Amino acid sequence: MAEKKLMKGNEALAEGAVRAGCRFFAGYPITPQNEVPEYMSWRLPEVGGSFVQAESEVSAINMIYGAAATGVRCMTSSSSPGISLKQEGISYCAGADLPFFYANVVRGGPGLGNIAGAQGDYFQSTRGGGHGDYKVFVMAPDSVNEMANFPRKCYEVAFKYRVPSMVLADGIIGQMMEPVEFKDHEIDVEKLPKLDWNLGIADGREKRIVNSYDLAEGMLEKMVLARLKKYKEIEEKEVMYEEKQLDDAEIIIVAYGTSARVSLAAIKMARDKGIKVGLFRPITLWPYPKKRLSELTDKVKHFLSVEMSTGQMIEDVRLSLNGKAKTYLHSKPGGSIMAAEDVLKTIEAISKKGAKEHATIK
Amino acid sequence: MQLLNKRPESLVDMKMHYCPGCSHGIVHRLIAEVMDELDIRNRTIGIAPVGCSVFADKYFNCDMIQGPHGRGPAIATGLKRTTPGAIVFSYQGDGDLSSIGMAEIVHTAIRSENITVIFINNAIYGMTGGQMAPTTLIGQKATTCVYGRDPKLTGNPIKMCELLATIKGAKYLERTSVHTAPNVIKTKNAIKKAFKNQIDNVGFSMVEILSTCPTNWKIDPVKSLKYVNDNMIKVFPLGVYKDSKGGE
Amino acid sequence: MYQGIRISGFGGQGVISAGILLAYSGMVEGKNVSFFPSYGAEMRGGTANCSVVISSDEVTTPIVSVPDTVMVFNEPSLTKFEPLVKPGGLLIVNSSLIKSKVKRTDIKVLYVPCNKIADELGNAKIMNMVALGAFAANTGALSVDDIINTLPKVYKKLKPELIELNSKALRKGAEVLLN
Repeated sequence: MAEKKLMKGNEALAEGAVRAGCRFFAGYPITPQNEVPEYMSWRLPEVGGSFVQAESEVSAINMIYGAAATGVRCMTSSSSPGISLKQEGISYCAGADLPFFYANVVRGGPGLGNIAGAQGDYFQSTRGGGHGDYKVFVMAPDSVNEMANFPRKCYEVAFKYRVPSMVLADGIIGQMMEPVEFKDHEIDVEKLPKLDWNLGIADGREKRIVNSYDLAEGMLEKMVLARLKKYKEIEEKEVMYEEKQLDDAEIIIVAYGTSARVSLAAIKMARDKGIKVGLFRPITLWPYPKKRLSELTDKVKHFLSVEMSTGQMIEDVRLSLNGKAKTYLHSKPGGSIMAAEDVLKTIEAISKKGAKEHATIK
Repeated sequence: MQLLNKRPESLVDMKMHYCPGCSHGIVHRLIAEVMDELDIRNRTIGIAPVGCSVFADKYFNCDMIQGPHGRGPAIATGLKRTTPGAIVFSYQGDGDLSSIGMAEIVHTAIRSENITVIFINNAIYGMTGGQMAPTTLIGQKATTCVYGRDPKLTGNPIKMCELLATIKGAKYLERTSVHTAPNVIKTKNAIKKAFKNQIDNVGFSMVEILSTCPTNWKIDPVKSLKYVNDNMIKVFPLGVYKDSKGGE
Repeated sequence: MYQGIRISGFGGQGVISAGILLAYSGMVEGKNVSFFPSYGAEMRGGTANCSVVISSDEVTTPIVSVPDTVMVFNEPSLTKFEPLVKPGGLLIVNSSLIKSKVKRTDIKVLYVPCNKIADELGNAKIMNMVALGAFAANTGALSVDDIINTLPKVYKKLKPELIELNSKALRKGAEVLLN
């Protein structure tokens, strides 16, 4: 194993992408993700890649659309308002079946909001985000080490299925420093498999077209349904999650990213008081680990969604449980981080009222 | 028997959807002839816009990508930066280039991306049904200015060659027209130069081509040609607005 | 073992670099660590602060809301952070710039003339190292030697004589002990 390095989340993400073969980056400054373009601006030239500070997020995502069409591993990053601006382009990439990787280092919203870490972009990320029927492969890191290592998985899935993939981080994970260990060796881009769809030097082969439209009767429906098949396969094969202290748990906290870390502190406090709580951490937010959550209802009847939003992920928890267990919400929106002590209070309340039907604690 | 003229290799053998009297077909053919003559078809990537020429991705016999309205130059940047050996051209209309895509065209010129832009200026939105464009002439009627364009409400027509000429990175800018045969030849020469510049790594090149839209102008094709001659050229004078070598 | 730390002061007083050095030293010693800076608009107006966690267990939240130790380098930082210190925790006050006295009686307080000591060593910029030295000696979370050994790893471009000067500042700070 390589030596541990102390790295900032955003820089680890950028380095992780370069090691995973990223050779083109286009982006625009916005807090709290500025370290990503800053890092890429000097790092990409070192490996023969190219960096562009675009004139806007809209331009940046369209540079990515062009770069992704050539089959090069490329990346953009932004924070919430900037990601909103990029949605049309992301939809085009999804509609043209182009693989690429992007990151949203989420801040408080809506509107200009604030620049603190938040999780209010859950719906936007997991439902597609832009116009039309499509999905994006979404990974939610809860540490700088995962920031460093998730880009590789994102590229793998993106190129395997030809879909956009993203890391959904937040300002806290982007800005904090932690020890990092890059698990895999650096990818040699020259040795990546040749593609059969990308644009470039044709050199005698048939022309290729990259587009996202078909105006002929019924053709678009066929394209959308073909993509749906791909999404179903991703839902079957690419789900990732982590379970902690579930063996004897009577209450399960469901949380991702920063919320999962705070929840762990609350779980420790609760267990000191004799309350049996465990953590279920979805790592992929789409596909969501629905099946596993559903299985857990055999033993556990109380599920608490802890999130830095007003109750977004809890909808996926409810869909997964499908009425087989009770759901509760601990919510901290607006770019604030919940205190473990407050999560503990919610756990205690569930523990006391647990026998009551339809108990919902906010 | 000698074959004197034929369909360029760089055009796919299929029927185009353009209206009678529309200039797109002529300009498509000129680009295709230039690609043939410079022998670059096998390494060219074209960008089809949103608008009437959206189907250009089917018509040109080279790799093509169709992108969002106005973003051709940004897409071109991504293509060229990742595949420097490719010849990249962006084909754009006036709504595309001078309205929604104003930021992209200006900043791509500022960066002097080594690409070729073909700008079709017919002073109106075609595909959407004849709305006012930034290049619509004063007094010209459109579906969103039914009494004619009023500068007090909508400003004056934007002159893209003149605007981009102030940018150091814009290396070659020429405005031409295709309303007469001699002008068609001049246009072809300009297109050829804009592609040759890219081969020679000169930097950003754009040809603005005054074009017709009989359908939305609501006049017949012959009168449309006369409209270009009598009205458009006065507002958009033809000529070379910039011609500098790379590195300047 | 768990040590949650906040450091706060003016921009330029080395708040951020002191925090990174602490976290790095903890990592080198095999501990779990995290560092979290104030950023963006919070930095405008000249103040900066950061959170550092050094722990033998997994680090949960990186934002230290109830710190075991706080180091304040200027007057506004004292006002902001004095109320946050955990009862029984330690507050290190840069007495060269902070004239107010700490009001709380349920915490340990150490007044360290960081700027004065740094000036005597010949470089005002190393006042943050004086504070770190005092932190190490009075908390035992890390040893002064641990931090000194980490210096060249964090400041790769720093000349040996400056590493030496920083080391001296750390040792001088470590001489200031609680009664």
